[in-house]
Amino acid sequence: MSEKPNETATLNKAKRVDRIFKACATGAGILILLALAAVTLFLILRAFPAFTGDPDSRTQAILSLSGGRASSFLGYVGPLVFGTILIAGLALLLAFPVSLGIALFIGYYAPTRLSTLLSTVIDLLAAVPSVIYGLWGALVLVPNITGFWRWVSVHLGWIPLFTGPAAAPTRSVATVALVLAVMILPIITSVTRDILIQAPRLQQEAALALGATKWEMIRLAVLPFGRSGIISASMLGLGRALGETMAVLMILSPGFSYSLRLLQASKSQTIAANIAAQFPEADSQGVALLVATGLVLFIITFIVNYLARRITAKAGA
Amino acid sequence: MGQRIDINHLNVYYGDFLAVQDVNMRIQANKVTAFIGPSGCGKSTVLRTLDRMHEITPGAHVSGQVLLEGRDLYGPDVDPVEVRRDVGMVFQRANPFPTMSIRENVLAGIRLNKKHIAKSDADDLVEWALRGANLWNEVKDRLDKPGIGLSGGQQQRLCIARAVAVHPQVLLMDEPCSALDPISTLAVEDLINELKRDYTIVIVTHNMQQAARVSDYTAFFNLKAVGQPGHLVEMDDTTTIFSNPHEPDTERYISGRFG
Amino acid sequence: MASRTDRGPVIDFDRFRPTRSSIRARKRKDRLMTVLIGLSFLVALIPLVSVLWVSLSKGVRRLTPDFLTHNMSGVVGGNPTPTGGYGGILHAVIGTLEITFGSMVISIPVGVMCAVYLVEYAHGGRLAKAIGLMVDVMSGIPSIVAGLFAFSMFALVVGPGTVNGLAGSVALSLLMLPTVVKTSEDMLAVVPNDLREAAYALGVTKQRTITSIVLRTALPGIVSGTILAVARVIGETAPLLIASGFIATTNPNLFSGRMTTLPVFVYNEYSQGLAVCGPGADPGCLTDIHMQRAWAAALVLILIVLLLNLLGRLVSRIFAVGRTR
Repeated sequence: MSEKPNETATLNKAKRVDRIFKACATGAGILILLALAAVTLFLILRAFPAFTGDPDSRTQAILSLSGGRASSFLGYVGPLVFGTILIAGLALLLAFPVSLGIALFIGYYAPTRLSTLLSTVIDLLAAVPSVIYGLWGALVLVPNITGFWRWVSVHLGWIPLFTGPAAAPTRSVATVALVLAVMILPIITSVTRDILIQAPRLQQEAALALGATKWEMIRLAVLPFGRSGIISASMLGLGRALGETMAVLMILSPGFSYSLRLLQASKSQTIAANIAAQFPEADSQGVALLVATGLVLFIITFIVNYLARRITAKAGA
Repeated sequence: MGQRIDINHLNVYYGDFLAVQDVNMRIQANKVTAFIGPSGCGKSTVLRTLDRMHEITPGAHVSGQVLLEGRDLYGPDVDPVEVRRDVGMVFQRANPFPTMSIRENVLAGIRLNKKHIAKSDADDLVEWALRGANLWNEVKDRLDKPGIGLSGGQQQRLCIARAVAVHPQVLLMDEPCSALDPISTLAVEDLINELKRDYTIVIVTHNMQQAARVSDYTAFFNLKAVGQPGHLVEMDDTTTIFSNPHEPDTERYISGRFG
Repeated sequence: MASRTDRGPVIDFDRFRPTRSSIRARKRKDRLMTVLIGLSFLVALIPLVSVLWVSLSKGVRRLTPDFLTHNMSGVVGGNPTPTGGYGGILHAVIGTLEITFGSMVISIPVGVMCAVYLVEYAHGGRLAKAIGLMVDVMSGIPSIVAGLFAFSMFALVVGPGTVNGLAGSVALSLLMLPTVVKTSEDMLAVVPNDLREAAYALGVTKQRTITSIVLRTALPGIVSGTILAVARVIGETAPLLIASGFIATTNPNLFSGRMTTLPVFVYNEYSQGLAVCGPGADPGCLTDIHMQRAWAAALVLILIVLLLNLLGRLVSRIFAVGRTR
């Protein structure tokens, strides 16, 4: 029994370690909250001078960053928000049907063995860094697609969206949206696929037994089941497209307007690409302004992602 | 009117595995035929070959003939989709389309062919099908409510209404009462008795009493051992099968179940 | 039966009978959709194949040993360097490794411990729900915003205009954290409860149970998830452009001075356009040297990313096999 005090000491030590470990784990969890708070806080702090500084130098900074095309913050950020949403929305519009098709192909058309392989291919598509898509878009896609866009502007030019003259080379909104569509395709596809393959088999059999073709079965028993999941997947994709920097920066010839002429040169710019393009040259006041636009982007993506999660959560409940 | 089914030398395979071997039988028009047998004997598999539903399992295929009123369902230019319009099916668990109302569920099959149906035609058809499934009086005031809001037994009858609304000649039922309580089971069994005036009915059941109650003919399937193909042991009048079967296996199975 | 007598409406089923043309139309639509769905897959393959092929074919030309062992100091225009090469990516590879390593050091402990908290301690409390939501929010932060954050933080804490490798690591760790938390959480959650209970029954403390049993069981899954997270952030460009800057020489110090990474190198080369080869230039002067270097660096980057993906998959594959045994 002489060992007893020793044993209690070890036990106490173990208890202490236990408590410290728990504190560490809890601390790590709280750190996540703090990190996000810090992101918001530091962005706000750094953006502060854009709203509080000397009015003259503020206006001066906006004038110089916008090339004299805006003199107030709203006037500056407005076209950028418009460009961001336009390009991301177009990318989603292009990517969505293809993603849905691929998800259905993997889940319902391809043989089981093939579908694992196909999923891997989609994952590879997601793994390619954005700077490489930018490089590919600018050096491979742009020269090859210029002719096509010119053809569109000539033959479909009566639709206001496609009014010419098409930019040559087409470093236009249309080309950028195409590249962004490729980039957000994997995320939309994989989330959609995960949801669609969970569609209950019972209803699928019911549809087939009623004499439905495969497509009618998918429309009756698969798509309605996955509707909210598909919407939320698209929102996630949209979130990605909104924040994408490099591909836009490398491909788009930037502009500063509220224009829907997708094929013309120098019509729009996105917030993210604008920050990356102007940051190296900006003075302190300019940086504050850019950080403020970054904050606007943060808020937009926050809303989009939050909506996506809410839709998923509702579908799960 | 219902139609007759002749099955000649039917073998069913899953990939290379022979699941059911050499089934020959005649299923009479406007009668109820019950398939009974132990688990894994292939009775559900044979049922599903009658509307080619087994084909949705990858690798499943058959050899032999299934003739619906003399027409081979496995003929070279027969579309499985058309087969399933003539041969309806009701499943083990009720499976109404969750996003659709009761009314839309009933109309789902017809809508596949005709996008636009006059409202009065649709109303008549919904009433007819729901009356046919003994469900009309229970749901006529809430046709626009979702189908999944109904009780289990009501959902199963809704599925029957949905199946009869496309006016098939044959109705296949794969253990339609196994997920139902006794009262709902009785309601569905009554319904089966009425439906045979208009349809040929084939029902798979684990419940021996049910087979005895609802069917005119009974087919007993068995398998020699696990991993061996299932086969048809015998088929006869239900009364004969239950009172005086030819094969000792049938006798053993039935008496075993009845204690 | 009572219901037979009030059978209700009499239906003329010929009115609902599908016409030949409607059946044909349905079949056509079904075939059309099958073709479209198959086609959508091919459409997605085009960019993937094109990206990989172009990077490979254009990248190998400049991917020489000299390219891998030199930095960009002393490279002028399109002229060759005294070693016979045209500069290289050594400094960018070192920068990428250091900055990525820095972000791993920050995000892996925090991420794994956060997952431990969520799975082992929180039991779905309000704090846990808040953390879960914030992790989701974090995974939606645009990478450039992460870069702005790191820049702003260092500017306010260290001093205005602070740009160094560590700031890049902070930005990347913000992007990596949500992935690490989520995969670790998933991996911890699938560890069977019996293991924990068995350990508690033996009188093992909670901390020892978690570190030596739960975490060890989940380790391969966590490693694999982390590798995939690294593969994702290693290609990030925008935040590093802002937080770590660009420099032509090798800077081994993560904590001070600008630092080039591979993706930033690719962008920087691309943005220089054509090099000038004037009349007095070296005969070996190449006007498209920037694009050649960009493609070669891009190829190295793709190879690194693909290797990491392969490694991550391999780890989880081996783990999965080990579990079924």
